Amino acid sequence: MKPRKFDLVRAESTAEALAALSESGGNAKIFAGGQSLMAMMNLRLADPDVMVDISQVTELSYLKEVGDKLEIGAAATQVELLSWPGLAEKLPLLHQAIPHLGHFQTRNRGTICGSLAHSDPSSELPLCLATLEGEVVLRSVRGERVLSAADFQLGMMTTAREDDELIVAARYPFKKPGEGFAFTEVAQRRGDFAITAVAAVASGDVTRLGVGGVADKPTAKNWTNLSDDNLDEELNAFAWELGGSDDIHATAKYRRELVRRLGRRVIEEAKACRS
Amino acid sequence: MPKLNQDSLQKIDFTLNGVAETGTAEPRMLLSDFLRNVMGVTGCHVGCEHGVCGACTVQIDGKAQRSCLTLAVQVAGRKVDTVESLAGRENPLTDLQQAFKTHHGLQCGYCTPGILMSTSEFLDRNPNPTEEEVRDMLSGHLCRCTGYAGIVNAIMATIEERQGKAAAE
Repeated sequence: MKPRKFDLVRAESTAEALAALSESGGNAKIFAGGQSLMAMMNLRLADPDVMVDISQVTELSYLKEVGDKLEIGAAATQVELLSWPGLAEKLPLLHQAIPHLGHFQTRNRGTICGSLAHSDPSSELPLCLATLEGEVVLRSVRGERVLSAADFQLGMMTTAREDDELIVAARYPFKKPGEGFAFTEVAQRRGDFAITAVAAVASGDVTRLGVGGVADKPTAKNWTNLSDDNLDEELNAFAWELGGSDDIHATAKYRRELVRRLGRRVIEEAKACRS
Repeated sequence: MPKLNQDSLQKIDFTLNGVAETGTAEPRMLLSDFLRNVMGVTGCHVGCEHGVCGACTVQIDGKAQRSCLTLAVQVAGRKVDTVESLAGRENPLTDLQQAFKTHHGLQCGYCTPGILMSTSEFLDRNPNPTEEEVRDMLSGHLCRCTGYAGIVNAIMATIEERQGKAAAE
């Protein structure tokens, strides 16, 4: 339950972190809060030769409004996002979801981009990124690219990030007039990984539901003119499309039932709070 | 850019429980092991070693964090407080610690130091929480004696006592 030996780069700038990634030949891991990666290291599920600590890179520790999105730097912590003054008004889905994300003791240290990099299929921040159609900014010594959530999130703990790339920022789109949002999840204990998490966005005649913890990555679907009469049928079809499998926490059948029940609940809530 | 070799011992200057201290650790050493085995601060308990149980929770720069998910070298220049910081050697227990004693908030005591370090930060930030908020805060800790009722009672009693004192002033 201890990490194996590794060389440690304590980067002081983004350029230093990118150089260390480039020089490592593919066996380096970035960390800032370490709330996902250090646990993986202790369990020896991750065993990089080089660890690159970006927690002291002040230029990556920021939250800023860029157009119609909030841009969150790689070193910004979850508690900083939770205490961002505009959160409830401009990002109501994150405002509802973050209290479910770990515990305050892990949010004190954990980062937003770290959670996205880890990409656990039941984790809240990747689900919100997929549901809100946010994007991530990847940078390497070769250049920078911006990927949509759909292009970035590839599968079970798998993203499109190349070995030499750093997620320098994530961007979550702000609420638009007329939109309503709702989030809920079922977990064994508050703050644990969700067995199933659901997030809904309702706007005019469009309804969007994101589901985490069932498929191998957070998955969202849109409906137009979804009426109450065919909601159950549509949710059932979506639950089966997501697949899902049995594990020690729940059966696939139970997860499908959660998609149907929780899905209806958040869609109704999101429609009711459109403003 | 400081690149630390895996076998090199790093000198770590930091503030431990209000006192400037220095210790050495390899890059791979966890803060929990560093506090216990190098600095001799055994109030930091090691439970699951992957961030779930909360026994190793300490405060870094005043914020409750998992010392098992933190590298020792990362606290260089920072302020670390363990359960030993709450009551000094000569002092009686803090009000929170006394309430844990009075309300049977500790049984085997293994999870207690982490809970005290979380709760003391939590109450500093949020002096008048509801019981639901206290239980939510405690979800970051596992007590395998399952003595949560006593823990919640102790914390609620501390809040009531502090509120009473504040009202009297």
